[in-house]
Amino acid sequence: MINTANLKRILIVVFASIALTACASSKKSGKMQGDVYTGTDTIEYLATGVADRVFFASNKSILTTAARDTLRKQAAWMRKKSKLTFAIEGHADERGTREYNLALGERRANAAKDYLMTYGIAGNRLSVISYGKERPVNSGSTPLAWSQNRRSVTVKAN
Amino acid sequence: MKKKILSYIFYLLVLGNSANALVEVDITRGNLEPLPIAISPLYIEPGSIEITQDGKIIKNIGEEISKVIETNFKRSGLFNPLNKDSFVQNPDIAHIKPRFEDWRLIKAQALVTGKVTVTKDKLRAEFRLWDVVAAKEMVALAFSTTPNNWRRVAHIISDKIYKRLTGEDGYFDTRIIYVSETGEKTQRFKKLAIMDQDGANLKYLTLGNELVLTPRFSPRNQLVTYLSYFRNLPRVYLLDIETGVQEVVGDFPGMTFAPRFSPDGEKIIMSFAQNGNSEIYTMNLKTRVVEKITDHTSIDTSPSYSPDGKYICFNSDRSGLQQIYVMRSDGSNTKRITFGKGLYGTPVWSPRGDLIAFTKVHKGRFYIGVMRPDGSGERLLTENFYQEAPSWSPNGRVLIFYRETKTNNKGKGFSTKLWSIDLTGYNERLIETETDGSDPSWSGLLSK
Repeated sequence: MINTANLKRILIVVFASIALTACASSKKSGKMQGDVYTGTDTIEYLATGVADRVFFASNKSILTTAARDTLRKQAAWMRKKSKLTFAIEGHADERGTREYNLALGERRANAAKDYLMTYGIAGNRLSVISYGKERPVNSGSTPLAWSQNRRSVTVKAN
Repeated sequence: MKKKILSYIFYLLVLGNSANALVEVDITRGNLEPLPIAISPLYIEPGSIEITQDGKIIKNIGEEISKVIETNFKRSGLFNPLNKDSFVQNPDIAHIKPRFEDWRLIKAQALVTGKVTVTKDKLRAEFRLWDVVAAKEMVALAFSTTPNNWRRVAHIISDKIYKRLTGEDGYFDTRIIYVSETGEKTQRFKKLAIMDQDGANLKYLTLGNELVLTPRFSPRNQLVTYLSYFRNLPRVYLLDIETGVQEVVGDFPGMTFAPRFSPDGEKIIMSFAQNGNSEIYTMNLKTRVVEKITDHTSIDTSPSYSPDGKYICFNSDRSGLQQIYVMRSDGSNTKRITFGKGLYGTPVWSPRGDLIAFTKVHKGRFYIGVMRPDGSGERLLTENFYQEAPSWSPNGRVLIFYRETKTNNKGKGFSTKLWSIDLTGYNERLIETETDGSDPSWSGLLSK
């Protein structure tokens, strides 16, 4: 015999999980997860399969899972190219004050640098420069444009 | 701007008697009824020569000076300069003895008259301010300078009248330094630009070869500190705008930014970013001694001294998000002062000491506001899509800031302009500039 009270509980759990799934998928609208860019439109490649940039949430400098994945690929490639040095450019979107954004860009670039160093890249091969909000890649004033602009980009320095 | 300082200033007569003066302007409230003032053209003393400037002859220097004063007063929002067409008395006679009943007829409450004498290398201007209602002279002064420096005389006269009528120092004999912007939003060219507060005498101080940001005047003299990406190394620089000499401030192994002068002009306070952490430092310009003021793992930036030099306000995200803090100037006794909804940044202490202006971000909108140094009495003056970086007029009555527009869905339509607003929240005005502009900073009074 199935207890009706138990059935009710089961149904509630089922509905709740449906609701949660709906919630999660609505947050991943188009090319953003939360407010972090997950698309590839602006990305350039250091080598085949080695993306040059990672993206951040608003006001944050924490590396996302995707960002760490990208940086591990960068590190693997950098280890093979031991004569190359790199500049890591940190950027912010246009929705913050200029000076805070300069500091934020520096913190983002250093988050990427630190991660590369933990994967064996010597610190003296990696310089850091912050551009704050001064060099957006997307000139739009939309959440998508801002997500593409919150980034750190690894560029060859020599 | 080579040493064109006024050669001398002398008082002719000071007959004003504040106890009996009827004409007064209250500048502490939003001024909904600006004072009607008649500014008669200065009459030109016979025998004066014409001034040639930028290859053009100035036909009527007396009228030009009065126009500069008129524009200053109109833009202040406190005065209503009356149309000169309605003036019934000739400038020369009015300057000797106004027929007050005639000026009352056109509803003037104050009258400015004057006389200008120009010789080959000297311009002398005198003016009188008359209380039309009480039928008496309030102040009379004369100034001399080189002929091509005539606009400054107009600004100094404006300041004297402002002071006599409001009881506070003016802000007309001042300059604005800002960042001139041109080009696409993704690759802006930025140059340091300087102009008189009314937009005249625009000059570019850098060529645009490197990114420059956040110029700030010394409150004491003609030095400016700013951030330059010269050789792609973002560092704080010091620039003497009289000589054009510039130098890096300090020897830091990383980005220095967000510079400002101490109130005595002797130190520069700024942020230094290293290993993802921005801290506040000072450097004494004479002794070159560098001091670390903050010590925290968060971002500490946008420092600004109180006018007595005893305190520093700054913004930090040590609470998780950007908020404003006040500490003693040695870095001790740090207190958070903003607890309202939203983010707070770019605090800047009023030259009067009683208020801190700031940028607030809440629900995707940007505000310029003021609060007391303990965080109480928050008052938001203006709201927009994007605006920040307020800078005070030297008398602490007006704020200048910049405002950026939204781009459309094609990424076009971006602009950034300078704006000013009174402390009262009234009199918001666009400041015309030749190019787009951002990061404005107001100088102190050039002549005190």
